[in-house]
Amino acid sequence: MAVEIVKERWKGRVLEMVLGSGTHTVKVGGDAALPFLHFEGQIPNRPATALEVWDRVDGEFPPMLTAAFEGVLGSPGDWARRCVEYGADMVALRLVSTHPEGQDAGAEEAAAAARMVAEAVEGPLIVLGCGVEEKDAAVLPAVAAALDGRNCLVGFATSENYKTVVAACIAHGHSVIATSPLDINLAKQLNILITDMNLPPERIAMDPSIGSLGYGIEYAWSIIERMRLGALSGDRMLSQPVICFVGDEAWKVKETTADDVAEWGEQGRRALLWEAMTAVVLAQAGGSIFVFRHPEAMQHFNRQIDALMRQDVY
Amino acid sequence: MIFIGERINGMFRDIRAAIQERDPVPVAERARIQAAAGAHYLDINTGPDVDAAEAPEVMAWLVKVAQETCGLPCCIDSPHVEALRAGLAVHRGKAIINSTSAEQERMDALFPLAVEFGAAIIGLAMNEKGVPKDASDRLALAMELVANADAHGLAMEDLFIDPLILPVNVAQEHAVEVLETIRQVRMLASPAPRTVIGLSNVSQGAPERSLINRTYLVMALAAGLDAAILNVEDKALMDSAATAEVLLNKEVYCDAFLRVFRKPLVV
Repeated sequence: MAVEIVKERWKGRVLEMVLGSGTHTVKVGGDAALPFLHFEGQIPNRPATALEVWDRVDGEFPPMLTAAFEGVLGSPGDWARRCVEYGADMVALRLVSTHPEGQDAGAEEAAAAARMVAEAVEGPLIVLGCGVEEKDAAVLPAVAAALDGRNCLVGFATSENYKTVVAACIAHGHSVIATSPLDINLAKQLNILITDMNLPPERIAMDPSIGSLGYGIEYAWSIIERMRLGALSGDRMLSQPVICFVGDEAWKVKETTADDVAEWGEQGRRALLWEAMTAVVLAQAGGSIFVFRHPEAMQHFNRQIDALMRQDVY
Repeated sequence: MIFIGERINGMFRDIRAAIQERDPVPVAERARIQAAAGAHYLDINTGPDVDAAEAPEVMAWLVKVAQETCGLPCCIDSPHVEALRAGLAVHRGKAIINSTSAEQERMDALFPLAVEFGAAIIGLAMNEKGVPKDASDRLALAMELVANADAHGLAMEDLFIDPLILPVNVAQEHAVEVLETIRQVRMLASPAPRTVIGLSNVSQGAPERSLINRTYLVMALAAGLDAAILNVEDKALMDSAATAEVLLNKEVYCDAFLRVFRKPLVV
């Protein structure tokens, strides 16, 4: 007997965001159905990947990451080229050196690092401050100016510093990462405040503040799912693509770095799976951009996404 | 919810005069105001002074003026089938036909018209015997509408059941029956037909019209109402609807929820 497939009918879709310039662009979002439900609506773009580059590495850096980027850790430009060789869709420069409790590097140094990466690779860039709101507001305008015309994704804009960060993005033609503390209501409110400044809604990516596998990933799942349901039901202020910093979360936890726990299995494989699985889970919740630290975790993720992007196989 | 602006109706003095003189300015002005106030559809009614012979031409003219001004789809409102057809013929996008009753002759004429033009249609829970007294009789007529719509190949989401609310100052007992009807209509089919009410009728002839309208709208939304023909220019009414949508968990809360609602975003 023929089985009739029950389909949900949606009136909205996730906004499609274009990053990068010239011949090197990446499109994300645009989904007209819940993740990978190809039979219900068009999913025009697969989740995009980025690999992190740090402007400076001091002190502790996990040996596995050091091995993957051997010889380039001191040079952001070379590091970025290595990311592209590994197959990343985008390069995510993290301005670690600007953290006030670390090197406390200034705006000009940060802009110089950004310029170095921009000259090394042609593809789309994500640029991330240190996450301290005041410092990001002080540093990001110079960085945005240095990358003028490259159509980057710049973060982090929060409810405290969004005016400065968004103004810089508007002035230099970038998109912005809107960061909220795992709260759907604050995420929506921040999008409204940002669009009130006349940044088009399709130039915002939402960072809901995820947790890694075992560390509150279910909360992140619920928030992302609610965002996607909002987009599909036509809520324009929840229709922006979601960005997930899976590398940052995964490499913080002991399950990734501890090498002395026999019953957890071999550390290397465990670490890669931890980062990859965090990303795969959140892709199925509805994430659109995934920022990794380890290239093999990213490649593992891509193999899973290859399978999930096959149409109507069930 | 779906807001259908009630104001382009020959019953109102400015629109009646505009129709008589074929002056597009007042019609365009009302279209603009209602679009800015958050209407999703504009109800278009030629009013009681336009006779059946003249109605098709007037309806086509009103639809064209309204759509050229704001581009919103229309809820084409007339007792005359030929006026409905004339309005549909010039309409761009998906219209709503307002309305058929559960009288067989009307249904046989109007459901095919909706299918022909790919329009949605409002079905009134009444027949030649008039408006039923209670919810169960309203539901029986709603079921007639559902069965006939289905027989004509109309998608259930394109059928809006109107349980018919009457003025509270003369027919107080109907208000709760209409709420009960709204609750139960969704069980008549799967997917369910949608529900609509002509809200302003509840306060007809009473003082405190705005208060009565917005109180009843919130009650009806809590019962599951999908759409209403109403005065979108009543800010307190629209704010109550926005708040109800949030409290019913249909919209995601944010501190600016009223502002988002008041400033319709162009999709």
